[in-house]
Parts: sequence; C-alpha cells; structure tokens
Amino acid sequence: MKATQRPRPRSGARAPEDAPERPADPTPDPPLDRQLALLRSMHEIRQFEEVCHRLFAQGVVRGSTHLGQGQEAVSVGACAALREGDTMTCTYRGHAAVLSMGAPLDRTFGEILGKREGLCGGKGGSMHLTDVSVGALGSFAIVGGHLPIACGTAFAARYRETEEVSVCFFGDGATNIGAFHESLNLASIWKLPAIFVCENNLYGEYSPIATTTPIAQLADRADAYGMAKARIDGNDLLEVHRTVAQAARRARAGEGPTLIEALTYRHKGHSRSDPAKYRPAEEVEQWLARDPIALHERALGAAGVERARLDALATEAEQAVAEALERAQGWPDPDPAARFTDVWA
Amino acid sequence: MTAVTYRQAITRAMADALAADEDVFLLGEDVAAAGGAFKTTEGLFERFGPRRVLDTPISEQAIVGTAIGAAVQGLRPIAEIMFADFAAVCFDGLANELPKYRYMTGGQVSVPVTVRMANGSGGGFAAQHSQPAENWFLNIPGLKIVVPATPADAYGLLRAAVEDPDPVLYFEHKGLFGLRGELPDEPAKVPLGQADVVREGGDVTVVTTQAMRHRAAAAAERLAADGIEIELIDLRTLVPLDLETVVASLDKTNRLVVAQEAPVDGSWGASLVARLMADRFEAFDAPPALVAADDTPVPYAGPLEAEWSPTAERIAETVRRTAAF
Repeated sequence: MKATQRPRPRSGARAPEDAPERPADPTPDPPLDRQLALLRSMHEIRQFEEVCHRLFAQGVVRGSTHLGQGQEAVSVGACAALREGDTMTCTYRGHAAVLSMGAPLDRTFGEILGKREGLCGGKGGSMHLTDVSVGALGSFAIVGGHLPIACGTAFAARYRETEEVSVCFFGDGATNIGAFHESLNLASIWKLPAIFVCENNLYGEYSPIATTTPIAQLADRADAYGMAKARIDGNDLLEVHRTVAQAARRARAGEGPTLIEALTYRHKGHSRSDPAKYRPAEEVEQWLARDPIALHERALGAAGVERARLDALATEAEQAVAEALERAQGWPDPDPAARFTDVWA
Repeated sequence: MTAVTYRQAITRAMADALAADEDVFLLGEDVAAAGGAFKTTEGLFERFGPRRVLDTPISEQAIVGTAIGAAVQGLRPIAEIMFADFAAVCFDGLANELPKYRYMTGGQVSVPVTVRMANGSGGGFAAQHSQPAENWFLNIPGLKIVVPATPADAYGLLRAAVEDPDPVLYFEHKGLFGLRGELPDEPAKVPLGQADVVREGGDVTVVTTQAMRHRAAAAAERLAADGIEIELIDLRTLVPLDLETVVASLDKTNRLVVAQEAPVDGSWGASLVARLMADRFEAFDAPPALVAADDTPVPYAGPLEAEWSPTAERIAETVRRTAAF
C-alpha cells in the first residue's frame, strides 16, 4: 500500500479577506492599528455568538452549543500573538478560538448550521469546529482529551525544528482530569513548544471551582511539573497578548512550555440548557462591568482613539456577521451519501 | 531466507520503517535504551537515536495523544502500549480522538498512527495483563485492527500499518514472541485486509487469528488422520475484514467453525457468524460453531489458564461435530 504524505497545514493560508492581518512576528504589545483590528475581531466573535444563541433558541441548530461571550479577549489576544504556522487546539466551547485563528465567519456558521460548505462539511458541528488551513487543528468535546494532542503537534514542530508553537485552550474543569497532568508532565520533561491556556471562568460546567479544586490559583499546577506559569486578567486583551507572545518566544527558543491561567467569565450558562442560576447576582454584575470589549475600548480611548471610530468597528463587525450568516443559510445541506466519506483516508 | 522469531520480525519491521521514512518515530514506555518490556525494540535506540526512539513516562493518554497530534502534522508515529490491557487507560484517545478526528473534521486531517500492543493470554500474567483486547475496538468505525500470527505476517503487516494513512491498532500476541519462521532477506509488506488460507481442505472452514491459528493447525493434523480436511483461514486483520475469502471457503465446505481467544459476546467471531448466517444462510449444511474462551477474566494458575481459551482438542472436537452434522 502506497502511503500518501499529507502536506503540513499552513496557518493563515485562507484567512478571510477582511480578517485582521497577522504580522509575521508579533511584538508583545501590538501597534495601535492592530489593536483596533483585534477590537473588531472581538466584536465579530461576540456578535457571532449572539446570533448562535438566537439560532439555537429558534431550534434551527442541532444538539447543544457552548457559548463564550465574555471570554473573547483570551482567544483573540492569544491567537493574535502567534505566527503563521503555529497551531491551536481547543474545546467544545471553541467558536471564539477558531474564529480568532482566522476561520471564515460564513463557513463557521455553515458548520454550526450543518451545511455542506461548513468548515467540516457538516460532520462536526459546533463542538468540533476545525479549519486546518489557518492552524485551527480541532475542537474537542471530551474534557482534557486534546491536551495530549497538543503535545503531539508541539512534538512535531520540535521534531522538524520548525520553531512553530502549539497553543492549547481548555477550561478550569480540565485541570482535574488525568490527561491534563500527563500532558503537562510530558510537555515539561520533553521541553515541548506548547502553551497551555486555561480559561478559568470560575465554573466547571455548573460547579464553582472552589468546590472541585483544593488550590486557589490553577496556574500553581505548573509548579508540580517544573513549568513556567502566569496568572493573568483574561479580560485584558493586551495582557493576554503580551503573556502569550512571551510564552511563544520561550517555546521557540527551546525553553519549554508555559501554563497560563487567564481569569475570565462567561456571560451565559454552560450550555444552552443552562440558565446559570447558580451564580450569585453580584458576581455576574461585577464581571459584566469588566466586559473585555468595553475594557479594550476604554484602553483605546485612553490612547486617543475617537469614540466614533470604535463604534464604526462594532457596526462593521455586525454587518460582516449578518452577511456571513445570510451566505451560510443559503448553502445546501450535505448530500446524505456524504456520511460515508471521511471515515478513511 | 533466515529463520527469525515473531519478536525479531517486529523489531526488523520497525527498523526498516524507521530507515525508510524520516517521519517515522517510536514512542512508549521503556522502548529506548531498555529495548521494550518484551524486547521488541531492542537495538533501535542505539541505531536511530533519542530523536526518533523516545521513552515516555507511564502515561498512556499522553502517548496516544502525542502520537495523534504528531500524525496530523504529517509524522508517522509508532506508539507502544506495553500490554493491550492498558488500552483501557487511554481509551478516550483510542476510542474518541484517534478514530473520529478525521471524520468530524470532514476529512481535513489524516491520522496515520500505529499503536502496537502486546496482547493475549497464556503467559501466566493473570487477569489484568492477558485479555485479548482487540474486540474492544470492533464497534468503533475508523480503526484498522491487525492481528498477526507468524513472523512473516508480523513483519509485513507492521510495515503496511506504518505506511497506512489511517489509524491502525496492531496487536502482538505475547504467546507468539518466540515463534520461529522464515523471513526473506527482503521481506514483503502484507496488505491490510487480505486473509491467509493457511491450509486448504474441503470439509470444514475454520476461521482463526493469532494463537488460535496455530492451535487449529495442530487440530488439523489430528483431524486429517481421521479423514477430515479443514480449510484453515487466518484473517490477519479484523478491520478491514476479508469476508470474500471466508465466503469463498464456506461456499466450498458448507461448514463453518470459528475459533477465537475471547469470550463470545461482542467478539469478532460472533459478528462473523451472525453476518454469514444472515447473508449466506443457504450456504450452510450444518450450524456454524464458535469455539470461544470462557466467559470469565483470564485466570492465573497454569491449569486454569490452559483451559480458559480453546485448546487444539476443543477445536478438533467441534470440527468433528460440525463435519458429522
């Protein structure tokens, strides 16, 4: 049997035309025009998820969905700090991460709607969004299941001496599953170019983190593996960007992986069946006041950007999302026979 | 031609795969300087070095996941899980990530991982190191399942597994590591999905894998002395399954005995019998028989374990009954 060598995926190869351009080698602090582009990106993702929420409520989307409104700064900030060729794996709450890598809005909608032109041809849905062409290597729906895979993509980079890094997003709940510990241990002893980004939204599904985890700071898990760590405000886009850029630099230099704990908050419940009544009203209020989009707008305002310019970005994002949805809704369903393809290479 | 053991054939296949393709690497517990728990990787670390032959912690989930991640980036990992029983420790990787990754991404990735596992009973390893585990994976579309019985097949199937673009679970039978057989100087790859007709005969078709192939071959000698000629088939791979060869034989003998080293429920033998009865009912002149292991965990003591899986005598008796029906 002749083996077929698959070309290695290249990130950024098919970024949508209006996606923020990814610089060849991001600096720890992005220049102002780039910061504006990232604001627009957060707006797009927020709007995308609001639409998803509506589509689910209307019953036109199957299964479940896991929204991340309020957590956008983590994925947008982290992915913006990557270079072309770097790879990203994430969880079933992965809309933001996949879009942050540059997956097109319309094909991402298409996948969630189960359309033929969806990112995965309608075979994956909301929980498995993948766009290999931009380095979004997969969204995995088994908690912690993708951390070992991120070790593998990092291993491949080191094996080939490419200097590519592998970013892996996961939630706070995943830090209590075995695969997390095996992965951090392996990544550390092999000094793999991996960046583990824990989006600590304070709740593992419905349970507050304090009821499931005996330590106050999840970043401290890194100590057990002799790994570099950082605990940051995940709602501060620039802090996320800076931290990931530094971790990437270390990883590329062969200095090993980093565990980043990004504190953030999901505005909605765990999944569409969860109204999140278990969260105290004051806590929700406090975090809503720290909305990452508002925080970043404030920072840009302080840097002298006019309000009108910021508002224009929000409007543009809203339009882009609406147009993408319209395109996606117009696409055909997959042919029923398509279910038999893609089992085998 | 040289006579080699099943173990040496496996080592040779890995050495040749590593030499043939720079993208092939090997990872697992104690596979490097120690040469593997079953000495199947002996000499590979010395020859190919620490970049390509890597010891891992006792972390099966990390082993399988690392192999998957590396494979989607274009490498061809050979991952060793020391005992097949330990597949249970990394079942998420083997059941949820490895076989489904390609499908749920709409074919955006290929996952050419080979997972090698030491399989099977007979060595006195007791219940947690002896279960033939290949049946655990039958119900998971997306995995190829390879079960070699001879040195030549162990070599040829492993080479094919590593070159295959899909995930392959490769089960090495512990009871066969010392088995000797001929291996040509330039041994052939054996395509996945082609059964081997080990012995031709017109009376009863006997379908087997791994250790059961050899017990059935011993049974065939005794049966031949009684005038019963079996057609002995070694499936070699369970997925893909070479149904064609089995059906052709059944059409000739009209009698079927399946011998497997596993309990009946949820096994390849039970599936095969059910499928042939449903699809080829008219071909049978006698009820099909499934000679299976006992419906218990694998016991430790020698006399207990010896009776747990089908013996040559039990296979022969079943064939006699089937032939006489």
